[in-house]
Parts: sequence; C-alpha cells; structure tokens
Amino acid sequence: MADQKLKEPAERKGVTLTPEQEKSRKARNIAIALAITGFIALFYVITIVRLGGAVAHPPA
Amino acid sequence: MSDASFAHDQTEDVRLASLAAPKDYLALLKPRVMSLVVFTALAGLLLAPHLPHPVIGFASLLAIAVGAGASGALNMWYDADIDAIMGRTRNRPIPAGRLAPQEALAFGLILSVLSILTLGLAANWLAAGLLAFTIFFYVVIYTMWLKRSTPLNIVIGGAAGALPPMVGFAAAAGEVSLASFVLFSIIFMWTPPHFWALALVKSDDYGRAGVPMLPNVAGADRTRLEILIYALVLAPLGVAPYLMGFASPAYGAISVIGGGFFVYCAHAVYRRREGETAKKAAWRLFFVSILYLFLLFLTLVVERVLAATGFSL
Repeated sequence: MADQKLKEPAERKGVTLTPEQEKSRKARNIAIALAITGFIALFYVITIVRLGGAVAHPPA
Repeated sequence: MSDASFAHDQTEDVRLASLAAPKDYLALLKPRVMSLVVFTALAGLLLAPHLPHPVIGFASLLAIAVGAGASGALNMWYDADIDAIMGRTRNRPIPAGRLAPQEALAFGLILSVLSILTLGLAANWLAAGLLAFTIFFYVVIYTMWLKRSTPLNIVIGGAAGALPPMVGFAAAAGEVSLASFVLFSIIFMWTPPHFWALALVKSDDYGRAGVPMLPNVAGADRTRLEILIYALVLAPLGVAPYLMGFASPAYGAISVIGGGFFVYCAHAVYRRREGETAKKAAWRLFFVSILYLFLLFLTLVVERVLAATGFSL
C-alpha cells in the first residue's frame, strides 16, 4: 500500500543523519554484504570439497 | 515527550551515530600482525606430511587470519585508554574517536566465534581449539593481565604470537608435532628481543602509559643484556629445523647467517648505550629481527612449495 512505502530520507521523522554519517553507513552496509556473500560462498565450497564424490553419488 | 526533549534526543542520537568506515574496522584487525600470522601459519601447515585440499588449506588460513584479527580488535578495545597516551597508537580507530569501544568489542567477539567455528568445520576441532586458546591467551592472559602488571608481559604473552604455526600444522595434520613445536619455540624466543629493541627506543611512551616494559622497570642496561642472551639462544634454535631434518641445507645456511647477524646486532645494542648511536642500534635490531623471522619462514614456505611441485633445494 502507498501509505506503507518508505519515505524519502528528508521526509522521515526521527534521527536525520549528516551526509558523512549516511556515506559511512552505506560503505559499512556494502562491506557487510560483501563479507556475508564471501562467507556463504566459502561454506558452499567447503561443503562440496568435504563431501567430495558423495555429492554426485550419495552412498546408498 | 515535548518537542524540546525530542529535539535534544535527536541531536544526541545523531551525535552517537557512527562515522566509522570499513577501513577503520580493517585497522582493528592489525593487518600487519595478521599478515605475519598468516605467513607463519602457512609454514606450519606446509610442514604437515599430507597437504590438505587447497580449499580447506585456504579456509584454514583465512580462519586463522580472522582469529588473529579478532584478537587485535579485542586488544584495541581493552587498551584504548593506553593507546590514547602513546604516540605510536594514538591514531588507532578508538582513541582517534572514529569507532566506539563497544563496536570494537562486538566486532572482535563475533569474529572470534566465527573464525573458531569455521576452522573447526573446515579443518578439525583440535586446530579450532588451539585457535580459541590463542585468542584467549592474547586477550585475557596477555592484554588484560600481564601487559599492565609485569615486565615479563611479552615473554609469556609471546606464546600467543608463536602459536599460529602449530595451529596451521594441526589444521592440516589433525595433530601437533615436534616440528611445529620447534617453529613455536623460534617465534617464542624471537619475541622478547624484538619488542625490547622497540621498548628501548619508545621507553618514554610506555612509561607515560604505565606499561611496565623491561627498560622502564629493570633499566636499559639490564634490557640490553637480556636482548643479547635471548639472541644467543635464538640463533642456534633458528638452525634446529635444518638439524632436525625438516628443512633444506639452504634453510640451514640462511638461518646460520641470519642468526649470526641477529647476534651481531644484539651485541651492538649491548655495547652502544648512550646517545644517538644507541638508538640507531636498537632500531636496527628491531628491523633486522623482522627480516630474520621473515626470511626463515619464507625459506620454509618456498622449499615446501617447491617440494610439492617436484623440486628440492
């Protein structure tokens, strides 16, 4: 619904961050996203390596 | 709530909102220390009789690196008060005001848990247990207890920095060995002369911060003697990997020459006690000690990599 849409930063009530704080928060968010993506990819690859051939040919 | 109090709260909240950039969090990990830890852990890992799958080896080293970084973050959280006093550390993220102490604490704790779990799941739980012990030893035994209470702080605390080769070996082999213990001993004996050389130059800094480094407690002359004694023990210990048969003659030659030069520099520190020449001698030993350890472990790594590809030195 239109009422529940996120408003533009300038229209939001509550804390208004300075441009520097907005910029550093965005950089932190990107870094966290990259770290989590890397972590998931690492565990995916580790799982494949540790399971080895059992991935393609599971034991009966 | 009145408009006035709301406005006050908002101002306070905005003031408290973090300005920390990703590079500030990276600085918490002490990247230079982390690179030395990765390097020594790699040497330990390559000593294993059977090398792990490259992905498992990479994941193990990454976990060890992150664990070391987490220790650094927890160290900076606890030591923020003395970091603010010392010139060498006052630009670190917490004393410089770019990061709140709580952020560093949470960051360090989360990374500690993640690194230990990752090493346990990727390699084995012996290696994970050793990594957990390393982090505990560095943060609790060294940072919280020894550092501010005894001039033996870096002698005992050096064990934390010496453990990575054993963690690396355990990650690959699932056990610890005499060879990995020898690498531990080399770093353990290397740590005091390395840090005391720095402490001789920066004794005022440590004194202002109230950290009881040996020069501040026992005096510069006693420190110079201790440096020389440690160097005399370290030099033959550095040759042990060759004598015990798990390093090549090339390593043997480098360790003999490097150890000899280390002792020469330590002797220069012992002899030159006044003025600018004393300071220069201490700085030289500090940098030579880094080069010495780097060369020993680089040789071990290179010869193991060459051996894995069919060459030998």
